[in-house]
Amino acid sequence: MGETTNKVSSLNPPSGGRGATLFEKIWEKHVVKTIEDGPSVLYIDKHFIHEVTSPQAFAGLNKRGIKVFRPQQVVATADHNVPTINQHLPIKEELSRVQVETLKKNCAEHGIDLYGLGHPYQGIVHVIGPELGITQPGMTIVCGDSHTSTHGAFGNIAFGIGTSEVEMVLATQCLMQSKPMLMRINIEGKLNTGVLSKDIVLYILSKITASGATGYAVEFAGSAIRSLSMEARMTICNMSIEMGARCGMIAPDTTTIEYIKGRRFAPEGEAWNEKLKYWKTLYSDKDAVFDREIDIRAEDIEPMITYGTNPGMGIGVGGHVPSLNEIDEREKPSFEKSLAYMGWQPGTNIKGKKVDYVFIGSCTNSRIEDLRMVASFVKGKHKANDVEVWVVPGSKQVEKQAIEEGIDKIFEEAGFMLRQPGCSACLGMNEDKIPAGKYCISTSNRNFEGRQGPNARTMLASPLTAALAAITGKVGDIREYYRESELVNN
Amino acid sequence: MKKGINIIRSTAVPLNIENVDTDQIIPARFLKATNREGFGKNLFRDWRYENDDESKPKKDFPLNNPVYKGKILVAAKNFGCGSSREHAAWAIKDAGFDVVVSSFFADIFKNNSLNNFLLPVTVSEKFLQKIFSVFDSNPSEELEVNLTSQTIKIISSGETESFDITHYKKTCLLNGYDDIDYLLSSKEDITKYELENKF
Ligand code: SF4
Repeated sequence: MGETTNKVSSLNPPSGGRGATLFEKIWEKHVVKTIEDGPSVLYIDKHFIHEVTSPQAFAGLNKRGIKVFRPQQVVATADHNVPTINQHLPIKEELSRVQVETLKKNCAEHGIDLYGLGHPYQGIVHVIGPELGITQPGMTIVCGDSHTSTHGAFGNIAFGIGTSEVEMVLATQCLMQSKPMLMRINIEGKLNTGVLSKDIVLYILSKITASGATGYAVEFAGSAIRSLSMEARMTICNMSIEMGARCGMIAPDTTTIEYIKGRRFAPEGEAWNEKLKYWKTLYSDKDAVFDREIDIRAEDIEPMITYGTNPGMGIGVGGHVPSLNEIDEREKPSFEKSLAYMGWQPGTNIKGKKVDYVFIGSCTNSRIEDLRMVASFVKGKHKANDVEVWVVPGSKQVEKQAIEEGIDKIFEEAGFMLRQPGCSACLGMNEDKIPAGKYCISTSNRNFEGRQGPNARTMLASPLTAALAAITGKVGDIREYYRESELVNN
Repeated sequence: MKKGINIIRSTAVPLNIENVDTDQIIPARFLKATNREGFGKNLFRDWRYENDDESKPKKDFPLNNPVYKGKILVAAKNFGCGSSREHAAWAIKDAGFDVVVSSFFADIFKNNSLNNFLLPVTVSEKFLQKIFSVFDSNPSEELEVNLTSQTIKIISSGETESFDITHYKKTCLLNGYDDIDYLLSSKEDITKYELENKF
């Protein structure tokens, strides 16, 4: 990993002939006005909302006696708190039901489109935005959810906000924002066999840590990024928040344009041509300057897994947990706390560790491409006896497509449980929780203590590494099991 | 308009743990409310109690230690990372804190705190370690945070460090103004922007 830091502050607008970054081009276009020595009023194009972080925002509006300013720019779904079985029945848990019903009532009152339970477009907010063609290049997009960074894969500024800010956007379609510093992470070269985009992002995290990009907007670039599908790019931008980044982004190209074309809310006809003209201007100029640049060689990346309780604590699957003498003195207490939680000793090998649960889902890896890849590996195999495997599609549309393609049958035969769309065990808010003390390989984005349920132990990995663990009941190296010829680089 | 903040002098609760994420501050299963009140009792829920059992507080957790109390929470590096849930800021404020001190805050948490008149004070790693060691030896030590002068002081030794805050945010906090008040007053500019940009 190489690095350059430039002293030019991004707080000053590009001037003196220097080119603009992708971020700057979009940012400048959305500034309504700037307070001297202070934040800018930033215009927001699209605002996604869900049941958990919106009720207090609507309550605030109602208290002020104001209506949603631009309801047609707001899209709602129910995902965090919904059950993932029997979605046709009323939600059993009272508080969850009240939250989902409150969202319904608020959307109806304020004229907002809601893709709630039972709707063919329902799903995890960061899965449905792109798949419906709502997410487009050059936009500003926010949602009361930190993984809004996912949408940045299309070349836009997309970031998570708190509930007070949700209220601001509902009230004015704007936010007060200070311009972040800018970082570019270049990944050049060809990815190794069996290495997926999840491994790329876990690798970056292991190098720069869970706070390595705090205060920055991060652009991912380089030939390895260009070679990825949109789904794979979304996985990377999704986890840019795990580095602390304000947002993650990738410049749009033909892959982006092909993906959007023809989707439900994609522009058509003349509007499409107009947009294309704009989208084609969205890249960082050759002479653009970033506050920090990091270079990574694609060849250095292995299939990754996390061993600790933040996403920066990752290693190659063949590696070992750091031993105490590899850890900085000041970080020892946190490191030891983390390992105690995981029930592991420093220096231990990860490969061969027993797995109790496998969770394939979340806005990081629950798109049709993820399910297809898992299915292609699992076909004709059966899960290990003492492992429970949950596959939770990211949306109704993903679920439908999986069924149309017969992927549901493959999972059934393998002993996997295909559940209904939602956030599920990613955050353990509904009943899908990993029991205390159990080990779960998860394709989600956070291995925090208790994230998947009180005292649950999470290892983050790619869908392929998760699928392998489902079959063998242990942490393994996908490269040893997967024949070259079958490999798809996601 | 809310109540502004300026000088806060108080004992503090030291939480010497790095990378405290918002899932620890308030676990997801407590996010089911539709109002902003009552989150304080579940602050750090899973670090406070054995097996989610309120009758079994974990003795070594600072918030359970009666010698530590006050309006100031002092935490190690990268506080508030992870989920954007504003419930984390609500829970801390609801539990009686007005200030959080750390050497590094996650972005979204910082914004959420400021929007709730919970002042995030970023100090140097060195000053932070000094605070921790002072509270180790004397739990009834006091800190003074002064927003006007942008300083934080360890009372007994008088050691002081200054902290950054934007002029805009400082004015808001001192006077009890919200961003939303400012935005609502900017509606005309916003509509003009929309017209010029074909919305
Ligand atoms: S899947 Fe997980 S990370 Fe994604 S929005 Fe839902 S809870 Fe958040």
